[in-house]
Amino acid sequence: MTELPTNKAPSIIRRSSPLKLIAENLTIDRGGRRVFQDLSFTLESGTALVVTGANGIGKSSLLRTLAGLVSLAGGAMHVEGGEDDRPLAEYAHYFGHQNAVKPALTALENLVFWQSFIASVRIDAFAGAAVPPEEALATLGIGHTAQLPAGYLSAGQTRRLALARLLVTPRPVWLMDEPTSALDTASEAQLLGLMNDHLGSGGMIVTATHTELALSNTRVLHLRAAEPVRTLTEELDA
Amino acid sequence: MSSWGVALFNRDLRLSVRIGGSALVGVLFFLAVVTVIPFGVGPDLNLLARIGPAILWIGALLATLLGLDRLFQADREDGTLDLMLMAGRPLELVVLIKCLAHWVATGLPLVVAAPLLGIFLNLDPVAMGAVTLTLLVGTPALTLIGAIGAALTVSLRRGGLLLAVLVIPLAIPVLIFGVSAADAAIHDPVPFLTPFLILTALSLIAAVVGPVAAAMALRFSAD
Repeated sequence: MTELPTNKAPSIIRRSSPLKLIAENLTIDRGGRRVFQDLSFTLESGTALVVTGANGIGKSSLLRTLAGLVSLAGGAMHVEGGEDDRPLAEYAHYFGHQNAVKPALTALENLVFWQSFIASVRIDAFAGAAVPPEEALATLGIGHTAQLPAGYLSAGQTRRLALARLLVTPRPVWLMDEPTSALDTASEAQLLGLMNDHLGSGGMIVTATHTELALSNTRVLHLRAAEPVRTLTEELDA
Repeated sequence: MSSWGVALFNRDLRLSVRIGGSALVGVLFFLAVVTVIPFGVGPDLNLLARIGPAILWIGALLATLLGLDRLFQADREDGTLDLMLMAGRPLELVVLIKCLAHWVATGLPLVVAAPLLGIFLNLDPVAMGAVTLTLLVGTPALTLIGAIGAALTVSLRRGGLLLAVLVIPLAIPVLIFGVSAADAAIHDPVPFLTPFLILTALSLIAAVVGPVAAAMALRFSAD
């Protein structure tokens, strides 16, 4: 099935143990069709999992499952080293194809709303801090559009506004579905910088992508359709 | 609950004010329904005064249904709903706050417009006051019950009609007690308070059942 990293002995003090995302035997059905079966992986803090595979193989389904938006047909997933009763979805930011940006609100209003609405995760093992909304917009190079209705932003600017949401509320797991879509080369480099910063502060990233991402600490999960061995992970150190 | 709830309420209110003036559209529709009735019924002032409260209530019900289909659909289409499900906030409260904002933006203007439209229907001041009061207490129930329909039809492209078909039967008790409370205020022997308190109770029940049922429907819709 999958190659799991070496299982360490469970640490006695849970609070100080490093953050770990554990998915066990995930099975998903969508529209009466089995997307994948018995998919297991473990992701330590500071690492990114790059999900690759052909179109329609279930990359987006996997991300939406991890986000708690698609119900599991079997298996379990949880975050180790955090608060016990929190589901994985509440540790995670989902950065999908849709931007969740309201065109009638200004860029800043959109961002301020998400900052106060999304509950942030504060745990010892994750050092991410909340960036003030204005600063996040400036970091992403759309500071000058703060007072502009988001409907007037270009596709790339809207994408960056959606990305700013991940910065204003600290959450250790980033689930990113094709994060580079609609971004130009410069913003793509900036996105990589932000992703590496996130990994550096002890966060985790699960991303489905077709482009090569130069992330600091990457593992690849390649989804394949072949029946006997459906999935395969291989270690990469980039 | 405090700050995120206020943020959500402000956002929804701001959106409904900025996009197309939903309050104005609802009131105009209400006006259209109410003004068309005297043309159909004829210039019998006594008859109009007698059926006036019922017409105002039916007009308010239809005007409420008009904007309900966008309650969750707009958020689903741009991916906001997915993030709301993951935000770590109780979804039932999210629904309740969204309903509250929706009612302030669309229901409250109807209540404010009702006395004015009462003039068209030859209502006397007491009847006008009674209808306005029953609408103030009863329209939140319509929004909250409608939220269930809105959540169930959230993934349908043209869910508006289905929403009306789903919601109208559930809104009938509200209509019955709203109209009978307004009638009781006009015709002396019947006590006003009995149907009025039942109407209040219906609103309170809807405030519990609506958010719970709608939240359940929304959780399934994400799939």
